[in-house]
Amino acid sequence: MDHTDLTPALSILERENTGSGSLIMILQKIQEDYGYLPKDVLDMLAKRMNIPIAQILGTATFYAQFRFEPIGRYVIRVCHGTACHIAGADKITDILRQNLEIQEHETTGDGLFTLERVACIGCCSLAPAVMIDDQVYGSLTLDRILRIIKDYRKRTP
Amino acid sequence: MPRYRMNLMVCTGTGCVSNGAFEIQEALEYELKRFGLEQEIQIVTTGCNGFCANGPIVVVQPEGIFYQKLTVDVIPHLVEEHFLKGRPVPALMYTPPREKSPVPHMREIGFFSKQRLIALANRGIIDPEVIDEYIARGGYKALAKALTAMDPHRIIDEIKKSGLRGRGGAGFPTGVKWEICMAQPGKEKYIICNADEGDPGAFMDRSIVESDPHAVLEGMLIGARAIGARQGFIYLRNEYPLALKRMLQAIEQAREYGLLGDDILGTGFSFDVSIHRGAGAFVCGEETSLIHSLEGRIPHPRVRPPFPAQSGYHGKPTNINNVETWANVPHIIRHGAHWFAGIGTERSKGTKVFSLVGRVNNTGLVEVPMGITLREIIYDIGGGIKSGKKFKAVQMGGPSGGCIPAEKLDTIIDYDSVVQTGAIMGSGGMVVMDEDTCMVEVARYFLAFTQDESCGKCTFCRIGTKRMLEILERITRGEGREEDLETLETLAVNIKKGSLCGLGQTAPNPVLTTLRYFRHEYEVHIRERTCPAKQCRGLITYRIVADRCVGCGACAKKCPVRAIAGERKSVHVIDQETCITCGICYDVCRFDAVEVV
Repeated sequence: MDHTDLTPALSILERENTGSGSLIMILQKIQEDYGYLPKDVLDMLAKRMNIPIAQILGTATFYAQFRFEPIGRYVIRVCHGTACHIAGADKITDILRQNLEIQEHETTGDGLFTLERVACIGCCSLAPAVMIDDQVYGSLTLDRILRIIKDYRKRTP
Repeated sequence: MPRYRMNLMVCTGTGCVSNGAFEIQEALEYELKRFGLEQEIQIVTTGCNGFCANGPIVVVQPEGIFYQKLTVDVIPHLVEEHFLKGRPVPALMYTPPREKSPVPHMREIGFFSKQRLIALANRGIIDPEVIDEYIARGGYKALAKALTAMDPHRIIDEIKKSGLRGRGGAGFPTGVKWEICMAQPGKEKYIICNADEGDPGAFMDRSIVESDPHAVLEGMLIGARAIGARQGFIYLRNEYPLALKRMLQAIEQAREYGLLGDDILGTGFSFDVSIHRGAGAFVCGEETSLIHSLEGRIPHPRVRPPFPAQSGYHGKPTNINNVETWANVPHIIRHGAHWFAGIGTERSKGTKVFSLVGRVNNTGLVEVPMGITLREIIYDIGGGIKSGKKFKAVQMGGPSGGCIPAEKLDTIIDYDSVVQTGAIMGSGGMVVMDEDTCMVEVARYFLAFTQDESCGKCTFCRIGTKRMLEILERITRGEGREEDLETLETLAVNIKKGSLCGLGQTAPNPVLTTLRYFRHEYEVHIRERTCPAKQCRGLITYRIVADRCVGCGACAKKCPVRAIAGERKSVHVIDQETCITCGICYDVCRFDAVEVV
């Protein structure tokens, strides 16, 4: 099995305060860098921070934000907040599942897209809305979300 | 400093940005330069204007002319006509639904005219990324007053007298909360701003942070002074990148100006703030959970007492308030408790910010005086129900709240009146539902949310919500049983009693209120196996009306399970065995040839 390159994680540990209470922040920085939380990195973290691996995993798996599998280049987060729900968020997820040929929390074979759901992105006026990385797309129709996905595909060489 | 004859306030809240506000800003810059107007007219990027449904928005000051739904193509015309020749462009103004002529001035638009701005006083007026603009609007004056002319007791007294109650949902009196924390022994105390807006269907706190981050910081500084804290935390939701960016900038600028850090304004008072990004757990809305999360732990709530004011962050006295509560504080200190207490009802003072969304014409962020009725908010500010449909219910308080029916539309906004309906004021989510919304499905939706977010500590919440959800899923699939409603009610009461924190104690509310006001909808689902709103996917079928189908094939192409067959230019048919009733065919058909039965 390939081992993950620990260098970026080590430099995060050097840079950041690793005192008590910093675990979630460290996990966030690691996920920003790697896109997910690799097992090797978490093992290393447990040793360096002197926290049992069970506690690290217990904390990380509790929060919706953390992922344990590599992600695609773009992360699509379909908002399932109340306003989006009554505006048809389920249909947006359905059409994306069909178009990308993956289920929620999976990544496309070409490594381009990961499909996620999020409780609310706070853009309720623009329901139904989707966030691709940090960009919000609102007032979507099924056609429009498909066109947006097509654009992302095009701009990727 | 250059003087401009005109200011163009470009809304750059998350909503308008996603509709292309930055492209509008660039186009305006380009055109102003082209006409040589850049020395006369200034572009100001502001936080959320509130009328998110109609973005991108530009307000022209000092006249107050409101332009909406702008596109890059219309900018050259707008700049030439209005900004060069002085002829405002009616085609780009707002026309209320069912009316013909546009309303040019922002203050005359129904959406704005009934609002009363305190927490959002600076929205759309200042650039949230420039501290000088906040200061120019009287910002940090309240801090100076609190530090130089008031002792902690007087600050707390003022907040108590103002009648301010927590805007995060429960409505606990803010001044009393501060007083308890201040009275605790020990020098190490903390204050926290809860900006982990977890309610689906709400974005008040995001907009406040995006449009006026310094108001929150100033509120925290005053609170810290009153309580005796040196360190504060802002627990900010991770899904809000723009709010994070603006708050980080605000903290940086406040430090540069000596408004955060050591010896603030030379008074010997020291205080600093750091941001902690939430990681996505609804239970963190509960104070003890949030503190556990700040400490880097699993956010399980714990038994109270001791309350956080007695033993909070690392066992030290800690005071938590939500974003909107903090944003109210500087105004109370500046204008006095008496002024604040003059707004609102007897037991609910001041204003409340709501995110008004769902099936209303004017969706967006609104701030209204307490005491206004739901009807005024939905019809006068919200402009009524979209596409002339019939109002069914307004959901308040998110997963902890409930659905208020048409006969209760004259309920006033006030903590106690809202509770009487079975809903709660909550943090301010207000989702309007029309006749096409199925109330059983809405109850199922909220239960699915709370069941997923239950931390698992209390058995009643962990397993009880799961059982309730299973029953609701069965009912929406058309497999409901006569005894289900009674079981739901029993479970609801027990979950409320047997849960430690607010999540479990309020989780059954959406079910209880829909059972109270829309019981017949449940009964129809169970007895007749139909969904009156035609929303429950297990109880409806989609059919193609042969007379209307032109055989364009659009539905067949979009169907995710390839359940639609038919030759080109001939009538298509849906295979009911394969169909998963997602409704995509219904949405894409341009000939109304797909019907729901």
